[in-house]
Amino acid sequence: METTYSSLNKDRLIELFHREQKSMTELATPLVNRIRQHALSRFEKNGFPSKQLENWRFTDLTPLLNTEFFFDFSNKSRSMDVEKIFTCDVYDLDTFSITLLNGWFVYKSAPLTKLDNGTIIGSLAKAMEVYPELVDQYFGKAAKTDVYELAALNTAFVQDGLFIYVPDGVTLEKPVQLINIVNADHPVFLQPRHLIIVGKGSKITLVHCDHSLTHNVSFTNILTEIFAEDNAVVDHYKIQNKGRNSALITNTFIRQKKSSSVYSNMITLNGGFTKNILDVSLPEPNCRSEHFGLYLVDSNQHVDNQVYIDHIAPDNYSNQLFKGILDDEARAVFSGKVMVRRHAQHTVAHQNNKNILLTDDAKANTQPHLEIYADDVKCSHGATVGQLDPEAMFYLRSRGLCERTARQLMMIAFAGEVVQKISIQALQERIQHLVEKRLKGELSICDQCMLHCNSKEPTAFNIDMSKI
Amino acid sequence: MLSIKNLSASINGKTIIKGLNLEVKEGEVHAIMGPNGSGKSTLASVIAGRETFDVDEGTVTYMGKDLLELPAETRAREGIFLGFQYPVEIPGVSIANFMRTAINEKRKYLGLDPLTGAEFLRLMEEKKKMVDIQSKLTNRSVNEGFSGGEKKKNEIFQMALLEPRLAILDETDSGLDIDALKVVANGVNKLRRPDNATVVITHYQRLLDYITPDFVHVLYDGRIIKSGDKNLALELEEKGYEWVKKEAPAGV
Repeated sequence: METTYSSLNKDRLIELFHREQKSMTELATPLVNRIRQHALSRFEKNGFPSKQLENWRFTDLTPLLNTEFFFDFSNKSRSMDVEKIFTCDVYDLDTFSITLLNGWFVYKSAPLTKLDNGTIIGSLAKAMEVYPELVDQYFGKAAKTDVYELAALNTAFVQDGLFIYVPDGVTLEKPVQLINIVNADHPVFLQPRHLIIVGKGSKITLVHCDHSLTHNVSFTNILTEIFAEDNAVVDHYKIQNKGRNSALITNTFIRQKKSSSVYSNMITLNGGFTKNILDVSLPEPNCRSEHFGLYLVDSNQHVDNQVYIDHIAPDNYSNQLFKGILDDEARAVFSGKVMVRRHAQHTVAHQNNKNILLTDDAKANTQPHLEIYADDVKCSHGATVGQLDPEAMFYLRSRGLCERTARQLMMIAFAGEVVQKISIQALQERIQHLVEKRLKGELSICDQCMLHCNSKEPTAFNIDMSKI
Repeated sequence: MLSIKNLSASINGKTIIKGLNLEVKEGEVHAIMGPNGSGKSTLASVIAGRETFDVDEGTVTYMGKDLLELPAETRAREGIFLGFQYPVEIPGVSIANFMRTAINEKRKYLGLDPLTGAEFLRLMEEKKKMVDIQSKLTNRSVNEGFSGGEKKKNEIFQMALLEPRLAILDETDSGLDIDALKVVANGVNKLRRPDNATVVITHYQRLLDYITPDFVHVLYDGRIIKSGDKNLALELEEKGYEWVKKEAPAGV
């Protein structure tokens, strides 16, 4: 059943919840439904985040909600042949690939696959039916719905998304790739929910691609919970290439058990409005947690990265490096906070945000922040906002490079520092290629789309020489 | 090859070069010497095309072309090379990638096919040997974390790859120990051909022990106040600049 509203606000969503409650709750476990009810009451209390909040000071959701959105409470796309409409540029990697279309799981044979090594990959909705104890053991344990308004909203409406369970002592040789596609001929409001559980000493690489195949307005509010058990190693890559009219909010909650390592890398190539919220809890010692981000934005695109790393236990290492290049009137926001609690001795935490503005109209707001209550720690933070170094530009030109080539070379080098953090060689090369295409003005959201709708979005990041 | 007539140049309204004349012919090596602040580096920048300087008067003709009309990259493709006094660090850009891009942009401008990867590597190996540069240096980011000597050797290596008609070396000798100085001088001497020219800008006579100039000019207060052969450099070393300043006719 589809429902539409001329514009969205808290009251309308709550009304919608009560009307559609049955179709949501009948697929979920009783525990998930109790968590859902709690989240709903939080959303009822807090509503959408307002600009009065510190973490939303420079990012305004209001104009994005002013649209006639359609909601879909049943899976209409599950047996669609996605390859007919889309091929991912990272696709030719040898991956275990999964597609979500408009927030719903698309499958050819079965909604849930159990591999020989015990790994379960598939639809969260199906997992709640087949493995309810497993889902109940983890669901909602990392997502802080009391603190994050949009995490509460996602949890209240949870239906489907990706479920991965890797049992203890299993290394998944192939990366798991999740392709999240938005394609609808009307504005859609989507809230996929992912639950990733990585057992003791296990290893997984997750590649998460967000695409939109439509020029229509869409609003996606994704929530991902990642649990890394003792000694687990998780590599989490996100590649975002979405249209000008899309709003994408990602809420990622990571909980690390002792001696685990989690690496994440968020690459925002295109997107009308993007907000990535990352919340990492380190309640046990000897963990590594490294988070990198790259955003390449132009026209009036808006990208906001908000990171919170909570050092609760001693002897943990965390590192953040977020870099961005902004063209035209693009806007970037970074707010990173590292919390070092009283018992978190010997914490090592680094945080850095670097921005290059190509025009006078581009704007970056950056707020690195450390809050330290332990006395024996090593922490650093830094932020820069600047232009391409004119001395370096002249140096390159004095060797015969034209201004355009010199700029591209320097931008690719600037972005390279983040791309080089990708540990899988083949993936690194693919992403480097995408980043280079993007910075040369050759990549639009239409490149991978097979629909040929004849309304190609301009391949921006074109350097307008008249502005220099 | 290069003809500078009555050149005046300024930065932020302050005149640095005040009516300078210089003729450089093919096959010649010129040394420009002078005390700090006399305008040596400004002259190099103006020839290379740095936009922070304004040319207020005069002409610069290079191979029959009005040089001042051309942007910096076109001057480079036409064969002008500036060896920087302070080579810039560019993190993330490898020397090999930078030089391959530079050579191929120049070749495109000249209507030649680009070098293939293999051809470029062969050329790079040849030039490395020629200027005696360490192999590992070329895999690193441009000048990043290089010592002073490595930066200057890298300038000479780039010069060897780009094979300029007119090379201007702006205080390439400053801050070098004697071994690095020899590497730099050797490179310049090996690259010397009957159809190219070199202008060496230096504060000290020391470099000229290894590079023998055909002409030595003294630049003072934006003008060349004395020109001579290599013996002038020795004389300057011995007596300093004061005697030339006194000898110079007022208002030159």
